[in-house]
This record gives sequence, structure tokens and C-alpha cells, in this order.
Amino acid sequence: MTQANTVGRAPTSPAPTKILVALDVNGRQRQLTVAPWTTLLDALRDHLDLTGTKKGCDHGQCGACTVLVDGRRINSCLTLAVMKDGAKITTVEGLATEGALHPLQQAFIDHDAFQCGYCTPGQICSAAGLIAEGKAKSADEIRELMSGNICRCGAYPNIVAAIQQAMGTMAGRS
Amino acid sequence: MVCHDGNWAPGLGISRREVLTGTVALGAIGSGRPSYADETQRPATALRQDNQVSKSMTLYIGTPTSRVDGRAKVTGEAKYAGEFNTSGLAYSSVVESTIPKGRIVRIDTSDALRVEGVLDVLTHENRPRMAGTDQAWKDDVAPEEGSPFRPLYDDKIMFSGQPIALVLAEEWEIARYAASLVRVEYEKQAFVTDLYQQRDQAFVVKKPDKPHGDAGRAFAAAAVRHEAEYFIPTEHHNPMELFASTAVWDGDDKLTVYDKTQGVQNVQRYLCSVFNKKSDDLRVISPYVGGAFGAGLRPQYEAVLAVLGALALERSVRLVLTRRQMYGLGHRPATIERLALGAKADGTLDAVTHEAIAVTSQFEDFSRNDTGWAALLYKSANAKYVHRLARLDVPTSCDMRAPGAAPGVYALESAMDELAVALKIDPVELRLRCYSDRDQNEGVPYTSKQLRECYRQGAVAFGWDKRSAEPRSMRDGSELVGWGMATGVWEALQMPAAARIVLTANGHAEVSCAASDIGTGTYTILAQVAADMLGLPIENISIKLGDSSLPQAPVEGGSWMAASASHAVATTAQEVRGELLALAKAMKGSPLADAKFEDTMLADGKVVSKQDASRAVSITDAMRHGAVDRIEKEKTNSFPDDSSHARNTHSAVFAEVKVDEQLGVIRVTRVVSATAAGRILNTKTAHSQIMGGVVWGIGMALHEETVFDHRFGRIMNANIAEYHVPVNADVQDIKVVFVDEPDTIINPLGIKGLGEIGIVGVAAAIANAVYHATGKRVRDLPITLDKLQRST
Repeated sequence: MTQANTVGRAPTSPAPTKILVALDVNGRQRQLTVAPWTTLLDALRDHLDLTGTKKGCDHGQCGACTVLVDGRRINSCLTLAVMKDGAKITTVEGLATEGALHPLQQAFIDHDAFQCGYCTPGQICSAAGLIAEGKAKSADEIRELMSGNICRCGAYPNIVAAIQQAMGTMAGRS
Repeated sequence: MVCHDGNWAPGLGISRREVLTGTVALGAIGSGRPSYADETQRPATALRQDNQVSKSMTLYIGTPTSRVDGRAKVTGEAKYAGEFNTSGLAYSSVVESTIPKGRIVRIDTSDALRVEGVLDVLTHENRPRMAGTDQAWKDDVAPEEGSPFRPLYDDKIMFSGQPIALVLAEEWEIARYAASLVRVEYEKQAFVTDLYQQRDQAFVVKKPDKPHGDAGRAFAAAAVRHEAEYFIPTEHHNPMELFASTAVWDGDDKLTVYDKTQGVQNVQRYLCSVFNKKSDDLRVISPYVGGAFGAGLRPQYEAVLAVLGALALERSVRLVLTRRQMYGLGHRPATIERLALGAKADGTLDAVTHEAIAVTSQFEDFSRNDTGWAALLYKSANAKYVHRLARLDVPTSCDMRAPGAAPGVYALESAMDELAVALKIDPVELRLRCYSDRDQNEGVPYTSKQLRECYRQGAVAFGWDKRSAEPRSMRDGSELVGWGMATGVWEALQMPAAARIVLTANGHAEVSCAASDIGTGTYTILAQVAADMLGLPIENISIKLGDSSLPQAPVEGGSWMAASASHAVATTAQEVRGELLALAKAMKGSPLADAKFEDTMLADGKVVSKQDASRAVSITDAMRHGAVDRIEKEKTNSFPDDSSHARNTHSAVFAEVKVDEQLGVIRVTRVVSATAAGRILNTKTAHSQIMGGVVWGIGMALHEETVFDHRFGRIMNANIAEYHVPVNADVQDIKVVFVDEPDTIINPLGIKGLGEIGIVGVAAAIANAVYHATGKRVRDLPITLDKLQRST
């Protein structure tokens, strides 16, 4: 044991007061009390044990933390949980339905659109947001609009192919 | 690929000639058959109806098999080091030094300790005990010379970004905030972080390769000469996952450490040594690793500090480094490379000199030879290779994808391109004229070398014959088009490794090994090998990796894991077959009663005679008759120490760039990598590995550079926005061609490994393409648009 720095001291710098936040996460109502400085990303990972959403930089630079908030893709590390009270959040854990993989998840496996898998949840959520936006039609447009999600393993061409496959599958369904 | 001649699997007791002359007809193995989304991907082996034995024996090996861990990774179920949540977990945050060299005079943690929720602040003054000898801090892959870094050990500062305090708190945000309140007074010392300032003090660590002839004299006498200096800046690995460690306090001074690493057993031995623990008291687990690329070969300080915190609090502690803090770990060393090539008028080389000066720290000699690759590729009667180190006040440099080769071959292959220009010879033709069938350093032939085919097939796939040789002679609208090529080479190393197989009577097998899968596909290839060697459907195989308590494995690096772990599995599977055969023979009226071990195989869920497929006993029946619920075997496989051949992988890389004539913006529009790397276990994941290496090469050529402010000895772009790595829009058409390369010598399965070869040569091919497009030769990476505009 170390010499106890903790002995005989009283905290004089109080931690921030926590706030009750209600979130719809993957279709489930969740209530949590978090400090105002807690990001949506840390709320998901550390408070709700939804570790599928990844932290790669904590600065909105890598896209690993991408989730869907009210259907739009955002970097969850750049948003505070308290700002999203009442919002509908979809994470990678919420994409599969009744055990059946989302077309994007299946397409990522089919095209080997990942190696280490760490950027993958963010890529998939970002791609779901991209498809919902309806802007990207060509491979070039997909590349441009997926460039906020870094893949250090370099699976980009396979990611584009997977998104194109899922676009086809999803268009066929709707 | 499967149909090698001769004794293609001697170590496994399988000879191709034997099985081909037999009458075995095994058919498909039920549900185990791999499916192909695209029928054109179906491998030739699975289509060979005339060769039932080969087909069944390699139903999985060599096929494009989807990752067995794919579902876990696309659903978010795969857990990484910083994601193992446990009750009572404390969080921590690191305070880093803001000076590169000196001493901590005073460290004031009082404000930090006053923050509600802070549990403790550890510094060199109050930390728990750690080992005090260099030997205790040397991990399995530490440099031989020097004193390994010890976090929070004493008051000495050796690099900017060095961890100097650890704040422990109930929540991460509290720890981070309190870390900002720690005040440090330093005594500063003079420092240097600029390689060019230290190049004259460079020294040789390892004895250089023996020179051949007199390279200096031959160069002076050469008909055509090229001499130039090239520069590769410091680069950082930047895996997507932040380095993290969750040290779970199991009570009684026992710990389970979930760590981001490429070698759980290396970290386990290191932590036990540093904290003087018995090996049973500390276990390291790392089932999934979010990339590492060499940064996780040596144990990193997050593991030490998480354990330190857990020991101090007697409680579980997590430490996740920030992206900025990861720039305080190892890096690819900045390197100056000098090439001097002398050729005869016919385009054959007569003189090669390659000298390199690479960065290391003030306290350890990290050395990976950048020079000498020419000896593997090109004949030259006269050659000299010297690799030197220069000390700077930075962390010790470390392995980063294809250490030594990525920078060294960049310089060599750029120089070869310049020589081709000087000789007015096509760059591919020059390489063919200088082609060597022997390792010139060791004077030995290769176990296999299909590099000529790489050049040929790569050139065809790229359309190289349509190249117009003159620089600035090809255009696409307002863009200049450039085509360049280069050679890649890497080692095919193999290490001792062990595997355990537990076969249960229901025909399922669990295969375990301490190896890490850092995204390379180890889970999947081992499932393929196990399925084929045990004759079971791949769905019946489960693979356990990344746990220090599992059978011995080397660190995942150097491209050696595929060969090493596959043979461990194959060797152990052979033991399982032996036991199954004994059980089958013991059955009354057994059709295998007189079968010899070497005449049998496991296929289609049966022990079967290679000579007569009708002589077979199902695995389930054999085990049931013998009243055996499970067969458990563990074997270690070692490779014979054989220096009679060189073992290497090769590639030919062709790149197309388009350069905006006015702005100088460079885009890599096409890359073809034709790779020869022995037997490809899984063409799907192998393709991804090579493609990923090519993307790294694009980054090396055009984007990546760790920028120092040498006045402060600090990195200015320690984040993933200003340290540029390729993004999706930077990567266009990449074609990977695997050149068939049967290798009956290297190892029984003919495996060479693919982790590094994909990057080697790519930066040179792109740099050569930029020259071809613009007529401008940029010799310091990365090639940015400002460099294309400068006058010299």
C-alpha cells in the first residue's frame, strides 16, 4: 500500500451536481444521473455498459463514437449527455432486430469491411446515417461522406463496397 | 496453391503423392462447406472435382472465409481492454511532463486531492514498490542495450509527454479534471529532438553486414551513377483503440489485467517481474485488440500504471490514455537514408551503398536494420550496408509495420527509379536485369521467390505497357498523370508456439493459444486450419486467444503469427488424430485395425484411411466406444533452425497518381499490389491485410508526419486530426493479386505471413509516380503539395 494521501483530508472542491437524464436507447427507456460534463459517449460506455460505441480520440476527429440521435449521425464524444434529454439514441447494439443482423452489419461481414473492428460500430452507424440522408449515390460520394470515420486498418474500399451492398438490400426492402 | 509437388506436408505425415495415388473419396463435409457470396470467388481448389482428396483436406485452408469473429465485431459485442466493466471500478488519468528533459523539483498534488471523488494521486514520491533493476523491466522484445523506461519511477524527465502522476478517482471525468490541477516545478536541461543536429554523433549498434567487394571504388568507376539522400519523418501508429488497461483486483493481491497488447504473455511476464508477483497471481487478457501495428509489441505504461493504481487502492482500476498521450509511446524513428548506386551501361548493378541513420532515445538502443534489403533483391558484386542510430530526447522508437523495410525499401526503390531514369531503362526492366535468385548477404537460395511473376502479373493487371516513359507526358484534363512502381520485400519468420485442442464427443473442438488477434484474422485462419486438420466443419470449432494462461505464443508481430500458430494447431491436431486412431483400432472389427498412423487422416468427421475411404470410423463412434468424453492435447511446435535458405515474401507495387498541375494536390487513383507470400490461408482476410498495408503506404507517401517544435522538444500535432492518416476519400482503386507461390521447404503448410509485406514498396511506388507525373523528385516524406512547389 502507498502512503495514504487520502487520510485526513476533506474535499474542498466539490464534484458537479448530477442531473437526471432520460434517454431512449435502442428502444429502451433509460434514466441516468450524470454530471453535466459527462459526454453522451461516456454515458453510454461507463453508465449504461453499452461499450459497442467506441472512443478513439474524444475530440470528434476519428468518428469511432458515431451514434444515431433522432436518426442523425453524430460524434457522441462531442455531445454532453444532458443535452440529449428525451432524445432517441441508436447505437450499434440496437441495429440488429430479433437476432437478425442489420443489412449493413451483414454487408460489413460479407465484404470484410474491417480488421481490428474498433472503428466498425462507428462506421456502421455512420453508414446508416448516410443512407438515411440519401445524398450519397456514387462510390465517390460515399467515400467523401464517410471520411469522418477513420479506419486505421485501411478497409476503406471494402467499407464502400459494403455500404453499396446494404444500400441495394435496403432499397429492395422499402 | 494446394497442389504442390512433392512432400508438401512432411511434418504432418501427409504427402501429396501418397494421397493422390490413393482412392480416397470423401465428399463435402455437410454444413461445414464455406459459402461464397460471389461464385467467382470460389477457389479453384473447391472446384477440382478430379481431386477429391486435396479438396477435402483443404476445404477451408485457402478459401475466402468470412471472419469467425465478424459477428462480435459488427454488433458491438467484442470487448476491448478498456471495456471490461466491473463493480467498484476506479478511474484514472495521467499527468504528463511538459518538458523533454530535466528533473521534477516539486510536484504539488494538493489541489487535485481536494477534488471530491479523488481517491489518490500517485507520483514517484508515493507510489507502491516497483522493481529497481533494468533486467526486471526488460520485456521479451526489449532492445538488448539500455535501460527500459519506468513510469513514475523517479524524478527524472526523459521526454516530453512522459507520465509523471496518476490521478485515481471514482469517475473518469473527475480524474481528468483533477489531473489538470497537479502543479509541477521542473529543473530543465538542454535537450535535442532534431535528428539533423545529431547525425554526426550517430553510432553503429549491431555489427554491419559484411561488405562485398569495394562499393566506393566500384561506384566511382561506374558508367552510370545515382547518389541521393532520402528522409522518413517520425511516424506514429495511431491504432483506433486508445491504449487502455483495466486492472481487476481479484483480492489477495491477485489481479486480472485486461490490456491492449500484441502479446499477453509478454505483458504478464513483465508485470510479474516489475511488481514481483508469482505468475499465478497476475493474468493478462486481451481477446480483441483495436489495432496496434507494432505499438503493442512491448508492454506500454498504461498497464504498469493501472496495476500500480490497483495495488495502491486495493481496488480495480482502469486507465485509458488520451490520443495525445499515445504520442508519448513508441514511434517509427525518423531516418536519414543515403543511397549510392553504380551501374554498368547495360543496366546491371555494380555498386550498392545503403547507409541509414535512425532515431533512438537517450536510454535504449532500438535498432532495426533499414539497409541490406538490396542484397535480397539485386545482384551486385560490390555492396556496403551500414545502419546507425542517433540519440534524441524522445521516447524509445519501436517497431511499426514493416520496421526497417518500410523506410529502407522506400529509399532503395526510389533510388532504383532514379537510376532507371538515368539509364533510360524501364523501371521494371531494370529490376529484372538486376534480379537475384540468391540472398546476396548470406549467399543462399530462397525457399521460394516468385518476384518475377509479381512484376509480370502486377504489370499486366496495371496496364504498365501503356506507360509513356517521359515525365509529364501523361494527362487527364487539368491533372498530370504519373505511373510508378517499386518492389516490396519482407521476412517470412516463424516462432515456436503451442496450442491446446479439446475435442468433445459431440464433434466440437475448442482450440486455444495465447496469441493475439490484432485484426489480422488469427481467429479465422486458426479455425480454418483446425477444421481441416480435425476433419470437422468450421462451425464446430471455437477459438480462444489473448489470455496469458493459454498455451505459449509469441507476440503478434513480424508477420510470423500465421505460420507459427497454424503449425501449433496442426501439430496438436496430429496428436488428437493419434488418440482417435487408437480408440478406433480398439473397436471390435475395426476397419482401421491394421492402419498405420501415417496412412490415416481426419476428414468429414471421421478417422479415415488415406488408401481406402471406405475404411473409416466416425470420431463420435470412436470416442463413444472408448467411453471417452473429451480428448485434450497440447503440443508445442518448433521449426528447425535451418540457415540453408532465405525466407522472404515479395511484392511488386504499381501506383497511379493524378496531380493538379496548378495546386499540386496529389491523389492516388490506382494501386496494384502483386504479392507472393507462400500459401495464402484465407484469400478474403489476406486481401484485406495487403489492402490495409497499401493504405498505410499511401499515408506514408503523402500524409504521415509527426511534427516537432524543436525549440520545446514537443510534438505539435499529437492528435488524429493534425497527424494525417488516410481517410476514405484518399483511397480509391486498390487491386491485390496473389501470385501462386508453392513452398515445400519453409514449413509443412507452406505459409509465409502477410502482416508487413503490404506496406513495403508502396511509398516508393507513389513517390516514383509523383516524379513521373511532375518531373519533380521529392526525397523527404511525406510528399505534400508545398514540396512540389519549392524550387530545389
